[in-house]
Amino acid sequence: MTSLIESVRTTVGDTLFYGAVSPLVKILVLLFLMILPLIAYLTLAERRILGFMQARLGPNRVGPWGLLQPIADVAKLLVKGDSIPLRAVKWAFVLAPCLVVGPAILVFAVIPLGPRAEAGGLSWFVTDINTGLLFVVATASIGVYGLILGGWSSNNKFSLMGGLRSAAQMISYEVPQGLALVGPVLLAGTLSMVGIVEAQKADRFWYVFPQIVGFFLYLVAGVAETNRNPFDLPEAESELVAGFHTEYSGMRFALFFLGEYANMIVISAVATTLFLGGWLRPFPNVEALAFLDPVPGVIWFALKVFVFLFLYIWFRGTFPRYRFDQLMDLGWKWMIPVALGNLALTALVKLLVA
Amino acid sequence: MTQPLALPEDDHDGLFADSEEMELSFGPQHPATHGVLRLKLKINGERIVESYPVIGYLHRGTEKLFELHPFFQNIPHTDRMDYVAAATNNQAYVGAVEKLLGLVVPPRARCIRIILAELQRISSHLLWLATHAIDIGAMTPFFYTFREREILLDLFEDYCGARLTLNCMRPGGLPYDLPVGWTGRCAALMADLPGKLDEYEELLTNNRIWKKRTVGIGVLPPEVAIDYGVTGPMLRGSGVRWDLRKALPYDGYDEVEFEVPIGRNGDTYDRYIVRMIEMRQSVRIINQCLEKLPEGPIMAKRPRVMKAGKDAEIYHGIEGPKGEIGFYIVGDGTPNPYRCHVRPPSFINLQSLPELCKGALIADLVALIGTTDIVLGEVDR
Repeated sequence: MTSLIESVRTTVGDTLFYGAVSPLVKILVLLFLMILPLIAYLTLAERRILGFMQARLGPNRVGPWGLLQPIADVAKLLVKGDSIPLRAVKWAFVLAPCLVVGPAILVFAVIPLGPRAEAGGLSWFVTDINTGLLFVVATASIGVYGLILGGWSSNNKFSLMGGLRSAAQMISYEVPQGLALVGPVLLAGTLSMVGIVEAQKADRFWYVFPQIVGFFLYLVAGVAETNRNPFDLPEAESELVAGFHTEYSGMRFALFFLGEYANMIVISAVATTLFLGGWLRPFPNVEALAFLDPVPGVIWFALKVFVFLFLYIWFRGTFPRYRFDQLMDLGWKWMIPVALGNLALTALVKLLVA
Repeated sequence: MTQPLALPEDDHDGLFADSEEMELSFGPQHPATHGVLRLKLKINGERIVESYPVIGYLHRGTEKLFELHPFFQNIPHTDRMDYVAAATNNQAYVGAVEKLLGLVVPPRARCIRIILAELQRISSHLLWLATHAIDIGAMTPFFYTFREREILLDLFEDYCGARLTLNCMRPGGLPYDLPVGWTGRCAALMADLPGKLDEYEELLTNNRIWKKRTVGIGVLPPEVAIDYGVTGPMLRGSGVRWDLRKALPYDGYDEVEFEVPIGRNGDTYDRYIVRMIEMRQSVRIINQCLEKLPEGPIMAKRPRVMKAGKDAEIYHGIEGPKGEIGFYIVGDGTPNPYRCHVRPPSFINLQSLPELCKGALIADLVALIGTTDIVLGEVDR
């Protein structure tokens, strides 16, 4: 592997290699070998795990343990009739699913799956920009346009209400989410995603310990941001039929679905990076656990992400749904004040210690 | 040939431009309307200003059908009214016919009737819990309750061959005796059920979100409930201790011990608690009946052709899972009823829905439809 990379590098030259070939290959690998299969199998995992929680089996007929189910689903969705309502605003109706799924996948560009390159190798991330976290937050918030546009352009009252709910919900919860993210940034002193993990290595502890409040705030806000149970109001099927995507069918509907699951993975990955030490092994400061070091960082990263994803599914199996005004109450009256307090405390401690 | 819809140029802009209230047609094809209920809503944002239930999408002319068939052939029609509580419908109808004809039901048949009716009450309440919870967004109780309901329906199947439209009672008694081993299976389920009920309650009763969604939502004051003629758990949730099994005992309910739970605040949460306790009380009743199950015939001596006297009329109501289910039958000397009117609890409880959801939110509306526990087959008949 290393020799192959080396030979490509010497053939095309350093500039071209690090400027174009390596990011392109990484993007393709990330997209088609990691994100899309992960989303596809996340749907299967969700259905199976929910099945076990709910005294039923879940899909188990297509392939062993239902492993080919996602492929069958995609095939079905691709060949399904794609209908656009007669009175829909076409351009917005078509654009909306893309606006949901595009930004969600774009965010993966700055998420470090593993450490920087050692000599002659490739690093485990597409790019490391010095405003990485800002990029994540900014890009992720574009997604809400997709939901509003989708809900509005369908020309369906239920969709419209779903779209409005999602607008209010996602914008409200971006505030505590952003405030919760500032805690680790204060501790690390950098906005670079790689930098934050390296700072956790240098500090010898995961930021979840000093930032436990911020961590929980981020987790709750993250569930609300992705419109998952118990905050799945924009698509609450018993109230709004299917909310903003009531009128969508076929692959367009699948794109909304894809976006939701991609967002789940993004939120999990960001939480892992900022609070759970990214690719670092558990307790990076405990020497007794040094035997864990040979395990590649990407494995630790994946494990932590899976824990979050399992949590998402577990929530869905457990909780009823909040009501809209209660959701707003929770966001504005509880989470934002707590997040502000946490931020002030963090800043104060940082000031006193430094 | 169908013409394409004319599209006004400014439709999207003019739609909500100068109006604050929006009309929303909620149902009849909506996941939370429990069938084909349609609500015409006037909403302001998410808040309901006005609601108007529109019914009749499942009307099958059942009351007219009663007039076309002899008394004993009408029982299957009652199955199809409240199709999740067929046994209690049967019981109400055959009770009315028995009163009309003066038949005396043997003790064994009465005892088995109580068992069947209480099993039906549990199964109906389980279905209510499942749909109520899933309306409020909790998905898992649905599968748990259906797991137990399945065993209940198996018991019905063992008894009469049907799982839903049971047709399991006849004027004067029962069509069949209990099959061999049935009481044992029933007792085993009754031993299991309290634990299972605990399991559901663990998921919901003290759940913060569940409480936020139900406590103080849809308060029905006792006076209002009585004014609307609301019965069953809806009425008892409002704190009125009225249960026909206690008030006007029929089929030997005065020989078993049970309690009638009532609520304090008359909100959705109280109605939930009342129904949960009712299921436990039903288990208690069934256990007593299984213990004392008398031997003997299961059918009264009855005339070969059942005819009501001329101008004979009767009203007989019983406590169904959803409230008072009653039959008013007028005879004209022929084997067919001259008129058979049903007092359906779902229909009358539904009348209180506009009262309940005044000023509520859309999200409350689904909780309120759930808490009225209506079956549209019975509302429309």
